[in-house]
Amino acid sequence: MSLKGKHLIDPGDFTLTELNSIFQLAEKIIENREDFSEICKGKILATLFYEPSTRTRLSFEAAMLRMGGKVLGFSDANVSSAAKGESIADTIRVISSYSDIAVIRHPKEGAPKLASKYSAIPVINGGDGGHQHPTQTLTDLLTIKRLKGSLSGHRVAFCGDLKFGRTVHSLIKTLSRYPDNKFVLISPNELRLPEQIKEILKKDPNFEIVETEDLESVLDSIDILYMTRIQKERFFNEADYVRLKDSYILDKNKLKSAKKDMLIMHPLPRVNEIAYDVDDDPRAVYFKQAEYGVYARMALMALLLGVN
Amino acid sequence: MLKVESIHNGIVIDHITQGKGKRIFDRLNLGEVDYPVVLLRNVPSSKYGKKDIIKIENCIDIDMTMLGLIDPNVTINIIEDEKIIKKMKVKIPEEVQGLFKCKNPRCISNTEAYINPVFKLAKSNGTVEYTCEYCEELTSYSL
Repeated sequence: MSLKGKHLIDPGDFTLTELNSIFQLAEKIIENREDFSEICKGKILATLFYEPSTRTRLSFEAAMLRMGGKVLGFSDANVSSAAKGESIADTIRVISSYSDIAVIRHPKEGAPKLASKYSAIPVINGGDGGHQHPTQTLTDLLTIKRLKGSLSGHRVAFCGDLKFGRTVHSLIKTLSRYPDNKFVLISPNELRLPEQIKEILKKDPNFEIVETEDLESVLDSIDILYMTRIQKERFFNEADYVRLKDSYILDKNKLKSAKKDMLIMHPLPRVNEIAYDVDDDPRAVYFKQAEYGVYARMALMALLLGVN
Repeated sequence: MLKVESIHNGIVIDHITQGKGKRIFDRLNLGEVDYPVVLLRNVPSSKYGKKDIIKIENCIDIDMTMLGLIDPNVTINIIEDEKIIKKMKVKIPEEVQGLFKCKNPRCISNTEAYINPVFKLAKSNGTVEYTCEYCEELTSYSL
């Protein structure tokens, strides 16, 4: 089994065995980072960010630099040829000759898949609109595996914007491929998980989903709580955003009823949905999660480049 | 009862849901052709109560995908020497390309004009819904 030359557009592009190979390599890197500090020497990562990003872009850059490679790219579509009207197809054809691997973030859904059709190098989806964010999923799964010991048998709650939250879409689809995971969906009615994703989950005869608008009523039964931000940039109407933005705020007081070993995860950035008094709680793992993101991306790029 | 002569060689599109005959007639551009065609509307039917029928005195290419999207109840009869030599049941198409655009305004296929996305059938019980190959949005379509 080799991931060399493959694209990662959707977590479903990889089998569970292939995903596991990424986690195994990531864990090796965590144990002994120095051993991997030169493996991408001579390799170039292109970061094509048509939409603002701090964490994902810097995490990718850090991952490549920590493996001895180099990085080029743009972080604003207005300073790239896209502002002149260049198509994604043409951009990626040219970038293919400048670099060895590319990560693309785009506000339009399906843009990384389009790029992968015209690319001669591996393309990684760094987030496309409200659609998918597969490398956040790798990060989330690595975090769960490291801190819970396994990726199955958990009761996982997703809270916040489940409609436009691409991290949620990618993670819930992937977790549903592992046995015995149950899901609790906590969101305002307007931001419920899209039907097409529920349809995918329903294909599992043992699927179990509970939908509620009330976080506190379900908190005591959850193994992993995945909080998300209500994303201003996904709303067409400012008034709707203002009405919904503070729907859920997790604080120390609410956590009293939660399990002692529950994980509190968040893809970051957070705004108001997790109070700062939660940060010191040992169950809060979102900064650890961000750290694991670098290792997950190191492992992914090493395998796609075939340099592991 | 209106009487229409049978055709010698050609195609009969039968069992069209009442009211959809005109749409199929227009989609097949039958108003522009120079061979005999006839659109029958509100024809009594033992199965459906009423139905539409189109008779075409010529063997033309019929886009089964398009027909399946407009009306999956349709039957195509191929006629030779006034006899039915082949009967084909139209099905809801599993894949569609080029007949409609993605309805998701956030989909890349609505921004980059050179893309012609494939839509895959996701649901056909009750409503017919397709997923776009790029954004995977579930949308119901009819022509």
